[in-house]
Amino acid sequence: MTMSRRQFVGSVAGAGITSLAAPHFLSAQPSEPIRIGLLAAKTGPLASGGIDMDLALTMFLRERENTLAGRKVELIVADTAGVPATARTKAQELVEKNNVHCIIGPLAAFEALAIADYLTEKEMPTLGVAAAEDMTQRHPSPWFVRLTSTSAQCAYPLADYAAKELKYKRIVTIADDFAYGHEMCAGFQRSFEDSGGKIIQKIFTPLATPDYGSYVAQVKTGDAIFLGTAGSNGFRFLRQFIEYGLKDKMAVIGGMTALDESVLRNMGDEALGILTTSWYSAELDNPLNKAFAPAFRKQFKYDPGYYAGSTYVSGEVLEVALKSIKANVEDKKALMAAIRGSNADTVRGVIKFDGSGNAIGNVYIRKVTKSDGRLVNSVIKTYPDVTQFWTYDKAAFLKNPVYSRDYPPAQNLEQ
Amino acid sequence: MQFWIIQGLNSLSLGGLLFLLSSGFSLIFGLMRLANLTHGAFFMLGTYFAATAMRAYDGLNIWVAALGAGIAVAAVGGLFERLVLTRLKANPLGQVLVTLGMSFIISDACLMFWGGDSIPVPTPPNLQSPTRVFGFVFPTYRLVLVGCAIATAILLYFLIERTRLGAMIRAGVDDRQMARAVGIPVSNLFTLVFCLGAGIAGAGGVLGGPVLSAYPGLDADMLPLALIVVILGGIGSLLGAFIGSFIIGIIYTFGTALFPELAYIILFLPMIFVIAFRPQGLFGRVST
Repeated sequence: MTMSRRQFVGSVAGAGITSLAAPHFLSAQPSEPIRIGLLAAKTGPLASGGIDMDLALTMFLRERENTLAGRKVELIVADTAGVPATARTKAQELVEKNNVHCIIGPLAAFEALAIADYLTEKEMPTLGVAAAEDMTQRHPSPWFVRLTSTSAQCAYPLADYAAKELKYKRIVTIADDFAYGHEMCAGFQRSFEDSGGKIIQKIFTPLATPDYGSYVAQVKTGDAIFLGTAGSNGFRFLRQFIEYGLKDKMAVIGGMTALDESVLRNMGDEALGILTTSWYSAELDNPLNKAFAPAFRKQFKYDPGYYAGSTYVSGEVLEVALKSIKANVEDKKALMAAIRGSNADTVRGVIKFDGSGNAIGNVYIRKVTKSDGRLVNSVIKTYPDVTQFWTYDKAAFLKNPVYSRDYPPAQNLEQ
Repeated sequence: MQFWIIQGLNSLSLGGLLFLLSSGFSLIFGLMRLANLTHGAFFMLGTYFAATAMRAYDGLNIWVAALGAGIAVAAVGGLFERLVLTRLKANPLGQVLVTLGMSFIISDACLMFWGGDSIPVPTPPNLQSPTRVFGFVFPTYRLVLVGCAIATAILLYFLIERTRLGAMIRAGVDDRQMARAVGIPVSNLFTLVFCLGAGIAGAGGVLGGPVLSAYPGLDADMLPLALIVVILGGIGSLLGAFIGSFIIGIIYTFGTALFPELAYIILFLPMIFVIAFRPQGLFGRVST
């Protein structure tokens, strides 16, 4: 390649300017902001949770003046509408058009599964919210961590509590007829039956069930009914359950989304006394949450729950990780290692990650009570450092098939 | 025994709810030959109106709320018919598409306005305590729903069969051209029937509220049920919609109770058979 003199001079001069400028660059902020992509369903039936995810993460960043570890942050929110195909398109947009450095979300397992392979292929650090068991069990990805819980992770402690402290012997489970409901009920059943209890009936209702009357009328009388539902379905089931006069006959207990704060705020006194389990409660008594929950309530007039908590915790974990790598998000491998090693203190308590990227953290048994005229999930017992494998041996656990409608088989069903 | 009695009553109450949903759909379909896919959204609008009104005015009577929401939704429907549907008279497919689009617009507007949470519609206080039927407990309000459906059916029957307006509607259903030729203002009739259909859906949404609650996606849950009832019962036949509602109520209730895994198959299978072997539906007339 030949080069004219003018070009040669020009390039040398350019290099000189660059080298002169370099020390200046090092001491100052990198000019590019950190770009965080949030996948949240802000329209469609899952919108309630998706909107909360957005509000909490935006609030987290605003509290830090949109700066994490000394570097500006730009948040790009993509609406998945709760549709897997849309989630796929939006994920691709975030990665290829917006060039994000990491992704938080999405909310539903079927959305997360639809984009999992793509994000792994693109080596995109992802802080997940969805609960699908196998994403951190039989098919983990080096680029994926989950800060919430697997479908069953919070159900184990409740089953333990129901068997040992409440002395329940016979329980009916009901859940939405999709993977999340199947997995949660399977985990609940396994832990409850290992503690000597019996699951006498398992009911799965289609996601779109306008009228729960025919299901309520089938419920067999046991010590309690376990609600493995999400969103508005559990809420509507519960109203029918009460109208049929069943709440006086048996206790109601629920999984981590059944009586979420987003559901409670639309309920009345009929919810009082119901026990649920989760990795979070707006009532948690730790310094971080004592600042977060009241601030959130002040701003949006309701309590943060599962979904708001999930993205706020994501922000907290990300901040710790970014600090440890001096905000150098361009090194994706280092970012992922830093996230996995973050051991961050968050509004849900300290969380660590296990080898497959799933959170190990406290799980709380909560009871619906009234405080300042509104319904809250007050914590009555803490199970410390619960893992996704509960008390089971990891290797043996992973040899079994993933939890489903029929696994583990229910052997105590009553006809 | 208890199973059959309780589920039988459940079938009746669901049937009542379905009639409140689908009678308006059937009326509109019958006269205008228009599958109004906005119908589920009208129903949902009614539920949301009631949820908001009854929250804002504690102790507001549900019947008053139903009347108010019925009128409000009828007005929305009337505007929609006048401003949009009449312009597409020559384009039936376009009309159906527009009603589908309108249903999306309404459901997104509801989401914007009411947020993504479920909002309960309170059961009237005097109907909250369960009734004892043959020694079994059953929610009183569900029994009242059946009464509402029967009352609506009787009112509509008198309107269609015994009034001058009803005679005009029937003439329009049978032969639109001929009706026009003898001086029936078919265009105004269309608007009126569309208002009436939308209004019944809105009021039905309020009455169904205590069972269903208002939530995003209610429209999409209800619309297929209205379609099944009307196709099974017969297009434009009020009797068909009435019988169809209770048949679907029975199939759905016992289907989900006896074969929960097959709930949706059991629900849609009869519709497929009816379409295959009796396209006009159980009570529909073959149009000439």
